[in-house]
Amino acid sequence: MSSDAIIIPGGRVEGKPWVDALQDWVTTVDHKRIGILYIVYALIFLLLGGFEVLIIRIQLMHSRIDFVSPQVFNRMFTMHGTTMIFFVAMPVLFGFANYLVPLMVGARDMAFPRLNAFSFWLSAFGGLLLYFSFLGGSGLYGAGNAPDVGWWAYAPLTARAFSPGHSSDYWTLALLVSGFGSIGTAINIISTTLCLRCPGMRLSRMPLLVWLNLVMAGMVLIVITPLSAAQIMLLVDRYLGGHFFDAQAGGSAVLWMHFFWIFGHPEVYILVIPAFAFVSEIIPVFSRKPIFGYPVMVAATVCIGFVSLSVWAHHMFTVGMNSYANSFFAITTMAIGVPTGIKIFNWIGTMWGGRIQFKTPMLFSIGFLFQFLISGLTGIMLACVPFDWQLSLSYFVVAHFHYVIVGGILFALFAAFYYWYPKMTGRMLSERLGKWHFWLFFIGFHLTFDVMHVPGLLGMPRRIYTYEPGRGWDTLNLIVTIGAFIQAVATLVFVWNLISSYFNGAEAGNDPWDAWTLEWSTSSPPPTYNFATVPEVASRRPLWDLKHPEDPDSQYE
Amino acid sequence: MRSVAFLPCCMTTVAVAHASMGSTNIFAPQSTPARSIFHLSILVLTITGIIFVVVSTLLLYSILKFRSTSATANSEPAQVYGSTQIELAWTVIPILIVVVLFVATARGIHEIQDAPEPESAVEVTVIGHQFWWEYRYPQLGVVTANELHIPVSDPAHPKPTFLQLLSADTDHSFWVPELAGKTDLIPNHPNRMWMDPQRTGIIVGQCAQYCGTQHAKMLLRVSVDSPEDFAEWVREQQQPAIADERVAAGKRVFETTACINCHSISGTVANGRFGPDLTHLMSRTTIAAGAALNTPENLGLWIENPDAIKRGSLMPAMQLSKSEREALVGYLETLR
Repeated sequence: MSSDAIIIPGGRVEGKPWVDALQDWVTTVDHKRIGILYIVYALIFLLLGGFEVLIIRIQLMHSRIDFVSPQVFNRMFTMHGTTMIFFVAMPVLFGFANYLVPLMVGARDMAFPRLNAFSFWLSAFGGLLLYFSFLGGSGLYGAGNAPDVGWWAYAPLTARAFSPGHSSDYWTLALLVSGFGSIGTAINIISTTLCLRCPGMRLSRMPLLVWLNLVMAGMVLIVITPLSAAQIMLLVDRYLGGHFFDAQAGGSAVLWMHFFWIFGHPEVYILVIPAFAFVSEIIPVFSRKPIFGYPVMVAATVCIGFVSLSVWAHHMFTVGMNSYANSFFAITTMAIGVPTGIKIFNWIGTMWGGRIQFKTPMLFSIGFLFQFLISGLTGIMLACVPFDWQLSLSYFVVAHFHYVIVGGILFALFAAFYYWYPKMTGRMLSERLGKWHFWLFFIGFHLTFDVMHVPGLLGMPRRIYTYEPGRGWDTLNLIVTIGAFIQAVATLVFVWNLISSYFNGAEAGNDPWDAWTLEWSTSSPPPTYNFATVPEVASRRPLWDLKHPEDPDSQYE
Repeated sequence: MRSVAFLPCCMTTVAVAHASMGSTNIFAPQSTPARSIFHLSILVLTITGIIFVVVSTLLLYSILKFRSTSATANSEPAQVYGSTQIELAWTVIPILIVVVLFVATARGIHEIQDAPEPESAVEVTVIGHQFWWEYRYPQLGVVTANELHIPVSDPAHPKPTFLQLLSADTDHSFWVPELAGKTDLIPNHPNRMWMDPQRTGIIVGQCAQYCGTQHAKMLLRVSVDSPEDFAEWVREQQQPAIADERVAAGKRVFETTACINCHSISGTVANGRFGPDLTHLMSRTTIAAGAALNTPENLGLWIENPDAIKRGSLMPAMQLSKSEREALVGYLETLR
């Protein structure tokens, strides 16, 4: 299907002067280029956020280390959390969605290409605004520069009495601006999925990746709104004399918590559902079997989407809600474990009876499965409210959500990088470096985050810049720090792999993995218009049908 | 106040108070709420442990059993699309597990959170401040800071302590793992928690909710006293401050400088509420919310340069001359 790609004069950018090439990138409305912009942008912020966490880990590797001041430490964990969630995870997942959704539904671009570019640049501007606080935050107030209120920015710490200067404003505006960008992208993904599918691609034939990104985009539309509203209310409090969150004047600190977490918890699913999407594409291909229980996977995802909107206050079990509210949020939180469990079983069911090839994308996917299982189980522990009264706000919770975000989402993302990089660049990533990356990261991850649960059980609260000796936390924290540095080395191996393979990687060809979805039917990288002729599909695996005319999927659907 | 002065040497000179005292292990409960949580946690850990073993065995088995070999690499396996029975099984079983866990959880919530307050209970109002704890005993007329004294509770004659949790500024969280789970102190949002330790001794914990620069050094010490010791402690705390003529010079320093803006000492003009009540300062083992031992050297250092002990604390450096400072420390040392 690919050999008929038309060469359009000027369609290739190689050989242009770099100014023109740069202008092409800055002014592009091509979903693939915007996707790559998102991804590269997120990778830069990944390095920044990683650098910040290394400062944190050096400070905590032993009791009473005075590597940075408490003020700097507090800025580091605030910037690390904000950066990783809003300027790494969100953009990199949007980047993949941007790149893959139109290709997988057989469309030539997103529904609103200009809105797409606008959304990216808004998000990019948000990240620059956040980091500009290092330069512009202190102003004349003698206050700190970067925000130091934690990534949830609980009221009333953000009130001007406790957070003078402009550092919190940079945080607020960065999130507000990038939130608008996220809404634009969500609208685009939904419209593209609903309106631009190629002939024959009914909703029931959409690749799971597209389905899951559709659910994710719907959730973004719903939950970014309260976050943006809360940011505006906070600005009103700080500059127009409002008292929404100002407890001294009758406002409610708890109100902020509700606003933040009704965004904040679905946000976890906004991040993890695209991760589910990656492994739902990768595991079948490397097991050589279709996904087990496709309709159940779709139903479970939609179910997670809805239920995740009703679990937010499990972040607030220590806040002093009454016992009925606590019980309600306990049952909804436990209930969400059911569809999530179903997904894990279906992925194992897909591998069961297959012929598993342990290429790097599959290694990372299996790592994802294993770690996501564990993070789900620690999540169940945290849903048991009285147990949560001990575990919450401790290093156990920090270990739990890093297990989700690093062990789950980041592993799935690495899998996605190894899987789709050939499509995006036309070159394979090095398998040898990939294996190094996987094993180093796997070992570093488990050293860090398995061990990190224990100081939490021993009473170590999160967000402390130091601790006294003799509390039994020293050795554990040292191991955690060593693991963090191993992960940093593994990340550098990965970045090196991305760069060196771009120039020296093996030619990928159109379909290096012998896969089944539409993006593999066009050239690598695909031409601007994606498909020379709009494809037609008759099943969930159009390329399987093409490769196995004697036994097509379409006859079973 | 948010000094960036670099004080490398001072950190090591401060004697440690908190360290050698007890553990903060959530699996070593010494009070009913913590014990009830401990029992629930054993159930939850058992169930999640079994799930982990079952699912990870399935995962490992499928990885090992179904790996592609050179014999099979060139053909595709049987294409299986799903199975309704299997899907049903792995939907229903998790639902049953959730029901069990929920019932146990709801019971635990009710037992701890809805426990009625008996007549015999000691009431303490805990007020969180940046970065220290204020304790007021309304029934007893006692005000103190940072080190909470509560009576031991004999199961035959229970004497639990009920804490009313308030905050003067930002959010805090009261967490002494061996006594109870944590509960936040939120301005304009009173909370309640309780504990009934059955052994005497010092039990430690610390603020668990990020509250600002010195969140890390907002430590908690709970002294569980025998009934006699507790009664004695209360009797001492109810006395006004001792007025010792020999330290009149130090008292004058205290009363004529900014100390009185923030601190109270009963029987003097000092009635500030921004900092800890100092009426019985010397009855406490530590200063600065557990950041340093309560020794004359540390008191002097704390007055001279609080950042040396707790950088970013809201106590200002008092800019006193050496003789004034020594007189003041001499005075504070009489406040037993």
